[in-house]
Amino acid sequence: MKRDVLKNAFDKQRQFKSKTVSYRKKPLQSAKQPDVPKGLYEKCQSCGKTFIAKDMIKNMFVCPSCDNHFRLRAIDRLNITVDPHSFLEKGLGYITLDPLFIDGYEQKVADYKKQTNLDEAYIYGYAQIESIPCVIGIMDSHFMMGSMGSVVGEKVTKSIEYAMVKRLPLIMFVASGGARMQEGIFSLMQMAKTSGALKKLDEQGLLFVSVLTHPTTGGVTASFASLGDIILAEPNALIGFAGPRVIKQTIKQDLPEGFQRAEFLKDKGMVDKVVHRHALKDTLHTILKMHQGGSE
Amino acid sequence: MDILKKEKKLIKLEEELIELDDEKKIESIKSKIEDYKHGMMQDLSAWDRVMLARHMKRPTSKDVINAVFDDFIELHGDRNFGDDKAIIGGIAYFNGQPVTIIAQQKGKTTEENIESNFAMPHPEGYRKALRLMKQAEKFNRPIITLIDTPGAFPGIGAEARGQGEAIARNLFEMSAIEVPIISIVIGEGGSGGALAIGVANEVHMLENAIYSILSPEGYASILWKDAKKAKNAAEVMKLTSYDLLDFGVIEGIIKEPIGGAHHNPTQTYEAIGKRLQQSIESYYNRSSYEIKTARYTKFRKIGFFQRFNYDNLKGVVK
Ligand SMILES: [Zn+2]
Repeated sequence: MKRDVLKNAFDKQRQFKSKTVSYRKKPLQSAKQPDVPKGLYEKCQSCGKTFIAKDMIKNMFVCPSCDNHFRLRAIDRLNITVDPHSFLEKGLGYITLDPLFIDGYEQKVADYKKQTNLDEAYIYGYAQIESIPCVIGIMDSHFMMGSMGSVVGEKVTKSIEYAMVKRLPLIMFVASGGARMQEGIFSLMQMAKTSGALKKLDEQGLLFVSVLTHPTTGGVTASFASLGDIILAEPNALIGFAGPRVIKQTIKQDLPEGFQRAEFLKDKGMVDKVVHRHALKDTLHTILKMHQGGSE
Repeated sequence: MDILKKEKKLIKLEEELIELDDEKKIESIKSKIEDYKHGMMQDLSAWDRVMLARHMKRPTSKDVINAVFDDFIELHGDRNFGDDKAIIGGIAYFNGQPVTIIAQQKGKTTEENIESNFAMPHPEGYRKALRLMKQAEKFNRPIITLIDTPGAFPGIGAEARGQGEAIARNLFEMSAIEVPIISIVIGEGGSGGALAIGVANEVHMLENAIYSILSPEGYASILWKDAKKAKNAAEVMKLTSYDLLDFGVIEGIIKEPIGGAHHNPTQTYEAIGKRLQQSIESYYNRSSYEIKTARYTKFRKIGFFQRFNYDNLKGVVK
């Protein structure tokens, strides 16, 4: 069995070889197009109104009518957050494997890779925000609900370690349905791994800002997402450990209005500030500026 | 035939034995029981182990504490909100040495289970656990955690008080605790709720305990939209002690008596005590730095993936 795994991995490496080349041929900055899903119009999930996609991009994917914050692709998040051409992606070349031999898992990952043009649900690298250097990590909920398997866990840890090596502040945009069920116990252990790495970052006196976006749930909430020195959240984002459906089933009663939303969490003291997407870059910049002296 | 049916058959055989007075028949039934135990009761599927791990008669954390430790003093509360009865903690002697114990408590009856919320902790439970671990660090005594929970409690209060943050904080702090932490999964190790007291230098499992990312029922309903496929899920999930040892996620397996821990609790407690003694002894001459680094490195390495060394590729623009 072990030999099979190795052989699979080797085959994947070879497939990856050709893929890497084509992936790199499209530089990240110019990949604005895939955010307009088929056609030129975008429909708001919340109020049902339709808008011209070009206007939506200009409005940072916030509904002009009801202020609903759309789920962002990693590349769009990058474009609205960091200075143009400042992003240098790190941590390429990770290959997701199938430790439990789950039917259809490999195919699913392959499909998502194609759809999203990403290797996995998390990218990170060096970037500048208003000329202040930082390490930025972004989860993409379009890749298998941004779930955390071995590769996402490893890349999150690597991004923390990269921040430590470069002695830079770390900003993470979180959007995840939680641990990746298909990778079983390995996914669970990523929670301990990422949290432990953040402890090291903390001991070195570096800043970690965690930005929670819709949705942030499960094992990700119960690990690195909740460990920011400063925790920001986007309006109305769903943030919680257990999913609302599971809670409803367990306690057999209806959940209060606005339960597990960003404003609810701020009210309960779990989030520092709810920030509108339009103001997010400025807020992050101010925070980075205030921490430029470091903690020494 | 699943393990519970097998167990019923065994009990029936044993009852027969009591009623008999004919020497020859007794001998024959005795050998029948032995054969049965060595054949049927030993060959267990993953689902059998799930049922044994959840068995109503299985020794609970309190049973283990009473049998393995001396002079246990329970310490209550998180100094902030309240006292969670799903996680008990305190100090005790282990073979003459003071230790801190943190354990998830299941009940054996319905009343006990309601009292301890079926061993599903709230945030205050995890915060109590962390408080006691910090205390252990201050007074330089080893920490022993006993894991037995279906998972952290999914409820309105739990969410409002930051279930996610409480678990995350434990993972964060436990990675750098400077005294040895030894965990034993004695029954169910369910998801983040178990891991939150399981970031240990050594994690051991009782042979028939399980440790997984989610209950088989939850897993089946998420992956196949059908909770009734839990039995299949259990086989797929690789949640038995042998699977996890194979994966390198745990350090050791503590053998159980044939038929499960509840068939001979004394033997189970002895095995636990022996393993604990070995584990704790191995940290006697180690510095605090060594202890916390070993723990961190162990978890840092866990992951199942490949990385392609793209530095060696031609045509890649870096
Ligand atoms: Zn709208």
